[in-house]
Amino acid sequence: QVGMLYLTATHTIFVGKGSEDRSELWVLHSLVCNVVKHKASQSGYPLLIHCKNFQVMQFIISQESDSFVYLIQFSKLYCFSFNPNVDKAEREHSWDFLDLKAEYSRMGLPNKLWHVTPINREYRVCDTYPADLFVPQSVTLPVIIGSSKFRSRGRFPTLSYYCKENHATICRSSQPLSGFSARCLEDEQMLQAIMKSNPGSRFMYVVDTRPKLNAMANRAAGKGYENEDNYCNIKFQFIGIENIHVMRNSQQKLIEVSALRSPSMGEFLMGLENSDWLRHIKSIMEAGIFISKAVAEEGVSVLVHCSDGWDRTAQVCSVASVLLDPYYRTLKGLMVLIEKDWVSFGHKFSHRCGHLDGEAKEVSPVIDQFLDCLWQLMEQFPCYFEYNEKFLISIHNHIYSCHYGNFICNSQKERKDLCIKEKTHSIWPHLWENKLDFMNPLFKPDQSQNQGLLRPRTAPYCFKYWRRLYNRFDRELHPRQSELDCLMTVKEETQQLEEDLALCEQKLAVLDKERAKTLYMQKGVLESKQALWSLPLDTSLANTPQDYIGGFIGGAPNVFTLQQGERESAELCLFGDKPKSSDADNSDQESGVADFSSHSSGEESLPSEDSVKDPDSDETGPNRA
Amino acid sequence: MELSEHIKTANVEDVTLRRPFHPALRGTLCVTSHHLLFSDRKDEASWQLLILLKNIDAIEKSVENLFGYPRAVGSSGTITIKCKDLLVLQLEIPGMEECLNIASSIEALSSLESVTEMYPFFYRPSHLTLNGPWGLSSTEQYYKQTERLWDRWRVSTVNSDYSVCPSYPSAVIVPREVDDDKLIHSARFRQGGRFPVLSYCHHRNGMVIMRSSQPLTGANKKRCKEDELLLQAVIDGSELGYIIDLRSAQQAQQARMTGGGFESKSFYSHWKRIHRHHERGKVVQESLIKLVEACSDPSHSVDRWLSKLENSKWLSHVHSALSTAGLVVECVERDGHSVLVHGSEGTDNTLLVSSLAQLILDPASRTVTGFLCLLEREWIQAGHPFQQRCAHSAYSHARLKQECPIFLLLLDCVWQVWRQFPLALEFSEALLLRLAQEVYASNYGTFLCNSEQERCAAGVKENTHCLFQSLLRPDIEEQYLNPLYEPTDLAIWPSVHPQSLQLWTGLFLRWTEYAQNMEEAREEVWSIVKEHHEQAGPDRTNNTLSTHCDTLTSFENLMDELTIL
Repeated sequence: QVGMLYLTATHTIFVGKGSEDRSELWVLHSLVCNVVKHKASQSGYPLLIHCKNFQVMQFIISQESDSFVYLIQFSKLYCFSFNPNVDKAEREHSWDFLDLKAEYSRMGLPNKLWHVTPINREYRVCDTYPADLFVPQSVTLPVIIGSSKFRSRGRFPTLSYYCKENHATICRSSQPLSGFSARCLEDEQMLQAIMKSNPGSRFMYVVDTRPKLNAMANRAAGKGYENEDNYCNIKFQFIGIENIHVMRNSQQKLIEVSALRSPSMGEFLMGLENSDWLRHIKSIMEAGIFISKAVAEEGVSVLVHCSDGWDRTAQVCSVASVLLDPYYRTLKGLMVLIEKDWVSFGHKFSHRCGHLDGEAKEVSPVIDQFLDCLWQLMEQFPCYFEYNEKFLISIHNHIYSCHYGNFICNSQKERKDLCIKEKTHSIWPHLWENKLDFMNPLFKPDQSQNQGLLRPRTAPYCFKYWRRLYNRFDRELHPRQSELDCLMTVKEETQQLEEDLALCEQKLAVLDKERAKTLYMQKGVLESKQALWSLPLDTSLANTPQDYIGGFIGGAPNVFTLQQGERESAELCLFGDKPKSSDADNSDQESGVADFSSHSSGEESLPSEDSVKDPDSDETGPNRA
Repeated sequence: MELSEHIKTANVEDVTLRRPFHPALRGTLCVTSHHLLFSDRKDEASWQLLILLKNIDAIEKSVENLFGYPRAVGSSGTITIKCKDLLVLQLEIPGMEECLNIASSIEALSSLESVTEMYPFFYRPSHLTLNGPWGLSSTEQYYKQTERLWDRWRVSTVNSDYSVCPSYPSAVIVPREVDDDKLIHSARFRQGGRFPVLSYCHHRNGMVIMRSSQPLTGANKKRCKEDELLLQAVIDGSELGYIIDLRSAQQAQQARMTGGGFESKSFYSHWKRIHRHHERGKVVQESLIKLVEACSDPSHSVDRWLSKLENSKWLSHVHSALSTAGLVVECVERDGHSVLVHGSEGTDNTLLVSSLAQLILDPASRTVTGFLCLLEREWIQAGHPFQQRCAHSAYSHARLKQECPIFLLLLDCVWQVWRQFPLALEFSEALLLRLAQEVYASNYGTFLCNSEQERCAAGVKENTHCLFQSLLRPDIEEQYLNPLYEPTDLAIWPSVHPQSLQLWTGLFLRWTEYAQNMEEAREEVWSIVKEHHEQAGPDRTNNTLSTHCDTLTSFENLMDELTIL
């Protein structure tokens, strides 16, 4: 494909010089992961751009330029300049779409056992925790402060999920600063209180999600794990999820495998195996299963931690919550869950997603793994999730795009300091508006048969490669027809028809009533004129329309329904050939366009200003897009 | 020897049956000439399990208390039965002797050699009669129905007594201008007498797919004028045809040492040869064995599983079958050339590729009837040696002879196509699973024997029922329909990237809990579609309602008039 490449303040835009349709490709700068310049060849200067949403583009430019080098040094994120046509009130309203307080009260909190502690209102005890935290009623402020001093970064044990039915909870924290022998009375009291807040059980689990070796090594640095002898009634357990660096390398290998051009079956499977990605997914899943079973089946509370309590802990707590509670398998529920366990509890999005140029060592696909776990679950339980994989992919895209403010910064405090809510928009209402695209037609809302708990298999063949995410932009790899879309249309049509039917019935009822009235009023007249009007007036006759067709009824209504029928089948046919489907990217691009125009009318810099690069750049286009 | 003589113990009480994901059951076990019957002890609503003995691939026995205890003190034995449909059962049988007797009866009766002793010859359900026509179609009928063939092609009955080619049907379709005499010569020049015959004629451009076996050029490059003329007649004036040789170039060269060979460029100047390597025979059988073994142990780590999956090479076979079929389709549909497909014998991979190509090309073969006709034409009549290939499946300890799951490979490939085009096939996965089961053990005679000649000799058509016919009975067919079917006229090009090919969980993980959730999803799809049919369904409800409404309106008008009066 040949065309022009534009650089704006926010996007890289490629406009193809197609014969009829002008194809456009918009890429947010914040999505660009790295840019590789290859040695000049005869055709020009090749430039390879890798994106965080796994898109890979290759441009060949006729003149050499350094313009792309500064591209990755952008520090001003798109969400601050993203300015769709909505007024201020609406924007503020968008941030109220999700309310964590409401979520806790959905769980049944606060109650006799748990309450909100005001201790972290100013983020003084722990600057990476949210302002509102739930702790057992019986815990006093000094205990919390003491406990927080004994935990890495002050992340003391606090509630993440509460099970109304049996009072068991999932709590989270960071590792204790136990070293080889240190102990802390307040921390022990804290755990004791958590255990006691679950009246039905006589012990609690403490789950350290790290491999044992890593935890032991931490002891040398004055950190470590809980000693079972010091804490009453705890059962301690290592799970063995690897750290962020291992995960980063694993995903890197996985991406390399996914980008192989026509590999053999063997190469692909070997590459998949060598990446270890699925093994890591399995270990996270197993941790989630362990916790969900402890809570639902044993009725035992669990405290989860890793090192700092914002990566593996977030993964494991949220996977367990999804397994436990059907609510998190609904659209809104998943949004709330991410907002609660990830955003509010200080998962370091800015660092992990590499929003800004920072330390490469801090980047890690922690949230990708959570989404991957969800996808694996959806594959195993096709009828138990209200959302479909497009929803997960959209979320993934927006976590990295910095289009919206939700996933900016590393903690609630930072977000407050930067006035994210005042300056940016929230993603959730946007996704909610498009929820029709994200629905799973197979979803069965009634999941009472197993008290809502999912019991996934962990046999190795249950873990699969997520082609739709990692090969998102390789259209030719995906099914050409979408079962999902087809079912969705069918379902919508059914609903439409049901409504039509209901409407007709309503009308009929009204008419029936009116007719009865008229009949009653006109009875006298009719009786006298019966000789003239030989129409018998039995109600039953109304059911034999064929007697009247000649006189009163045109073909109109019939024709109408017929057309409707035809339209349906035509739609279904369309599907077969051309997927209007599966491009979760579309919405993204469209909003990009919308904003572009609002830009040029609005404040700041005109995008075209600094941007127009190589007006006659010669391209071979995005070969993978 | 009568079959019943193999049965030393026919009945055992108090047997415990263990199946995956079901509670253990106690009941009575019964061995008959062809079946293993287990029935639950409870009288009311008793539950029965009936397994064809032929379905049993391997049987393992372990007897406890061999020494020491007298028999009366409850010695018992356990038999593990591994079926060809990959189900594994365990039977705990009280009494050592009974256990050994049962095991040996099963061993003897599950590996019958004689075709006429097999169950299809005894299966006489009340709703079927034997006197009707057998099978769905014949070469002559196919020719008659396919108008586009009439001009340039004819039906030849040169093989009516199976003397020219023992594995071909009595009638085949060949170019009109080639007479039977030339066919006989060409047959002598092809392995097993399988001279080039028509497999498919494309409805859009009249290009054809031919199939044959390898030419017997041998070490000293023999040639056969008649064979060359036959192929020349196929392309009839057009510039070029493609020969897709399902062996690597090196293998084809080596074949010359043993009397086989390939069409050389100098004698077949209008044909371009392309070599594609396909594994065959034992290698594919071993792939199946390895794959099933890998699937049967859920305790493996993910790494180990992936390496076993890779090591089995099953998906690689799927990959190459689909790629070569894609190549054939490319030649025929996109480039407008005719194609000849062959490997060595022309009874395995050749049929796999030619039938897959038809599925991709031809909308008619994507209906239930069309697909079964395709299987009948390209596999049963074309002489795929089912009896040899499907004698044993993945569990058997018997020494492998000529077993090869090439038909399963076909079903797997069709499944992959269905995954990629979920709306394009009229049939569902259930039909593929049913066929995968029937091909190894069946009540019907369809998959018996190795060729039409053998089937004639054994009287299969007279004495057994036809599977395909019974699958097409409306009440049966319904179970195998794809609720989302939406016919398309276009070729359905499958993606053959490794990322797009998946393990056929429906078959290989059929007896795990994994499959149960999928079953639930399938039911949900059905109920959505059914609901839709009820609502939209021939618009009748709506029509009556709206007419009804209008009647009333008109009635009202009438009333108004009356009032005026």
